[in-house]
Amino acid sequence: MHLAYPAVLAALLFCTGLYGVLARRNAILVLMSVELMLNAVNLNLVAFDVWLRDTLHAGQALTLFTIAIAAAEIGIGLAIVLMVYRNRGTSDIDRLRDTAEGHEPPPAAPDSSTAANQQSEVTA
Amino acid sequence: MSPAVLTLAATTGPGFLSPTGVEIAFALVGLATLGAAAITVTTKQLVHAALWLVVALGGIAVEYLLLTAEFIAWVQVLIYLGSVVVLLLFGLMLTKAPIGPSPDADSGNRPIALGVAVVAAAALVWVVVDAFRTTWIDLDGPVQGSTKVSGEILFRHWVLPFEALSVLLLAALIGAIVLSHRTDPADPDPAAPGATGLNARATAARPTAPRPTDKGPR
Repeated sequence: MHLAYPAVLAALLFCTGLYGVLARRNAILVLMSVELMLNAVNLNLVAFDVWLRDTLHAGQALTLFTIAIAAAEIGIGLAIVLMVYRNRGTSDIDRLRDTAEGHEPPPAAPDSSTAANQQSEVTA
Repeated sequence: MSPAVLTLAATTGPGFLSPTGVEIAFALVGLATLGAAAITVTTKQLVHAALWLVVALGGIAVEYLLLTAEFIAWVQVLIYLGSVVVLLLFGLMLTKAPIGPSPDADSGNRPIALGVAVVAAAALVWVVVDAFRTTWIDLDGPVQGSTKVSGEILFRHWVLPFEALSVLLLAALIGAIVLSHRTDPADPDPAAPGATGLNARATAARPTAPRPTDKGPR
């Protein structure tokens, strides 16, 4: 098989994931795009391992490690997204601008839940 | 393999215009995978994006099979299609993703993202095709990615990273549990008995907060 087939497919998949990471607004959709990018890299690793006929099969071993680390990453990422959603009431990454410069804090919507938290704390 | 041998193999190798059966299958599955990936990053329906992601990841598993990496293909099916997509679907459900099309799935910088992706794709494809124009993968001979070979190399040469990875997975598991655990002592558990009026107010003030029992997927 020509090596250009898997290499071109991996490049196009990576750029598809790149578009998704940049263009999506929901944090979970961004995580899906990150998975696409990781899979493109895995495809490259396997293709080059099969091409080089490495006796240690470093490419395939690294692919397995990458898959395991991607599983850990998706677990941690979803936990963070759920925590953000629980605290803010939204998982849109456009609205998480607390550490951005030059943006005023959003007026009402995210503050209402915080105010409600404080109110419940005071009541408690 | 020295460059001279590679060049010799390239000159004697098959041509671009006479693809083999494996190449045709790879290209067809690759087209399906790319299409599914494109739908995943462009669809307005969030759950459909997760389901098209299944098609894309399954297509990549088939590509691994075509590259004779059997074990990685089955690991891909088990972990990605089996657990990662289920986790993503659970995440979509827990963040109360709308079932129908959601018009704000894409952010405002979509044209910039499209430009960056197209430029990156053009540059990468040009470089890759130019670099590997005369390179061929020899798929004949012994299978390089069978379970036997993978187990041997994994537990003979890569044991230490493997064990370190298990520690990392444990740390990730504990981290996910800690992150999704509600630790605010001033915010009592809504499902706890007693103080119903206060709990009703807290629940009403935070209608979007998932219940603590929603930590199921971890």
